[in-house]
Amino acid sequence: MDWGWVVDNRDLIGSLLVEHIWLSAIPVVLGLALALVVGVLAHTYRWAYPPLLVAVGVLYTIPSLALFIVLPVLLGTQILNPLNIVIALTIYSGALLVRTVVDGLDTVPEAVRQAAVGLGYRRFPRIVTVELPIAIPVIIAGLRVVTVANISMVSVGALIGIGGLGELFTSGFQIRFVTEIVVGLALSLLLAVSADALLVLAQHRTTPWDRLGRTA
Amino acid sequence: MIEFESVSKRFPDGTVAVDDISFVAPKGQITVLVGPSGCGKTTSLAMVNRLVDVTSGRILVDGQDNSESDRVELRRGIGYVIQHSGLFPHRTVLDNVTTVPRLLGWDKAATRKRAYELLELVGLSAEQAKRYPAQLSGGQQQRVGVARALASDPPVMLMDEPFSAVDPVVRASLQDEFLRLQEHVGKTILFVTHDIDEAIKLGDRVAVFAQGGHLAQIDSPGDLLAAPANEFVASFVGRDRGYRRLSFLPCDDVAVQPAPTVRLGDRAAGEWRLAVDEDNRPLGWVAPDDGAVTQERLHPVGSTFTAAGSLRSALDAVLVSPAGLAIRLGTDGRVDGVVDHASLAAHHQAASEAAGTSQETR
Repeated sequence: MDWGWVVDNRDLIGSLLVEHIWLSAIPVVLGLALALVVGVLAHTYRWAYPPLLVAVGVLYTIPSLALFIVLPVLLGTQILNPLNIVIALTIYSGALLVRTVVDGLDTVPEAVRQAAVGLGYRRFPRIVTVELPIAIPVIIAGLRVVTVANISMVSVGALIGIGGLGELFTSGFQIRFVTEIVVGLALSLLLAVSADALLVLAQHRTTPWDRLGRTA
Repeated sequence: MIEFESVSKRFPDGTVAVDDISFVAPKGQITVLVGPSGCGKTTSLAMVNRLVDVTSGRILVDGQDNSESDRVELRRGIGYVIQHSGLFPHRTVLDNVTTVPRLLGWDKAATRKRAYELLELVGLSAEQAKRYPAQLSGGQQQRVGVARALASDPPVMLMDEPFSAVDPVVRASLQDEFLRLQEHVGKTILFVTHDIDEAIKLGDRVAVFAQGGHLAQIDSPGDLLAAPANEFVASFVGRDRGYRRLSFLPCDDVAVQPAPTVRLGDRAAGEWRLAVDEDNRPLGWVAPDDGAVTQERLHPVGSTFTAAGSLRSALDAVLVSPAGLAIRLGTDGRVDGVVDHASLAAHHQAASEAAGTSQETR
């Protein structure tokens, strides 16, 4: 390890870290928003769910590198535009999370749904204030997978020039400089673990009811 | 009041769930819909708050055709309790109870105050109000379900097998509490169950449904047991209906004899005697013997009855008495007489005939 290099390049490392955070976090947020809309629709119009699953399955099988390269052509963006990474990862995140949202909504007990309808909830408020909150544990479980996957996939973007901490790998490999690779690896790992911990904390905070057994 | 006028429900696949049913659930009373599964009772209930739409006929809720109101507004005006409580697991007990008032946009403070009152009414503490449903027992959850249905003080309540999912002991106490609660709130209640005993116990009127969505008979529980309209109803209300009917026959005018009382220390010769204290309250039966009456010689009193009770309680009192005499107590708990088997039998015959429904001949 060349600690001197680390100290000398702390600004570069810091900005790559920040870039990495943004590149992985924004797609999770956008993907979740997309998945909530599509998932709720698929849950309501059940016939649409099986073909939808096939479609998201196909989307997810596209290799990420291929998508990073194809997207600029399709969107007319510059190859070095971070938007390509964001859009590609949003597609993956959304594809994974749709299933999670539908699975989460499926965990709402039929009696609860029936009671909500019978007590006089209209459809939209019922989904937003009763069904989705009950689906939170499942949705957060999905978010943890997607978040960690995104953090690792952002690095692939380095192969086309925008990849957050991944750029430390590409440049480290090119000049056979181990310290750079180790720093990139350690920070990626640290980022993934912290993000995961943050989500666990969020679940803890939002679903106090989910941890309760019967006390009586 | 809920009125069914020639209501039918045919599902798109052709099955007839409810076939031309007409009946009235009177204001302030409990009307129980009972029958085997798949007989249309739950569908009938669901048509009242329009979870299911009628195919033909109409349902009036307090005089108004329920198909004319907005279905969501209609539901908010009708209490609804279901089998597995259907409590919202992510909300506290208090927030569950205030669901409908919040949907209606009522004042928060007043709503909370009412919710606490309702929880107390159904036997839950203020401390339990802050818990989540998963922290309560099944019976407590059902109580919260009832409180939630009452929160906006709707005149009409629909209850779909609310006590079916709890164990028999809890069910019995929930039923007793429910009857006490109803005395307090006086709602017009439509109550679905598959359990004929529950129907007989809770119903002011009992509607027996048969396969194919027919209404076989609607009557008071006493009349239902005394005079089933047909073979189906007779078999559905069950073997013990003669005995169970005793619960609905009064015993206020049964002929009582003076009680053969005796005090501790006295001698009880010749016949069974009832030891009483200075206030004439029963202590126990004493077998015929020449010796002095002592505490050790007393046989337990067992059950007693009062003039306000049913013939069933009087008969039970006679059956458990070692002397073959049922002890009647006044409202002050003092012995005011005894009755033997023969008088009860004679009284039963007279009461049955007076009810105009003498024993069915088979």
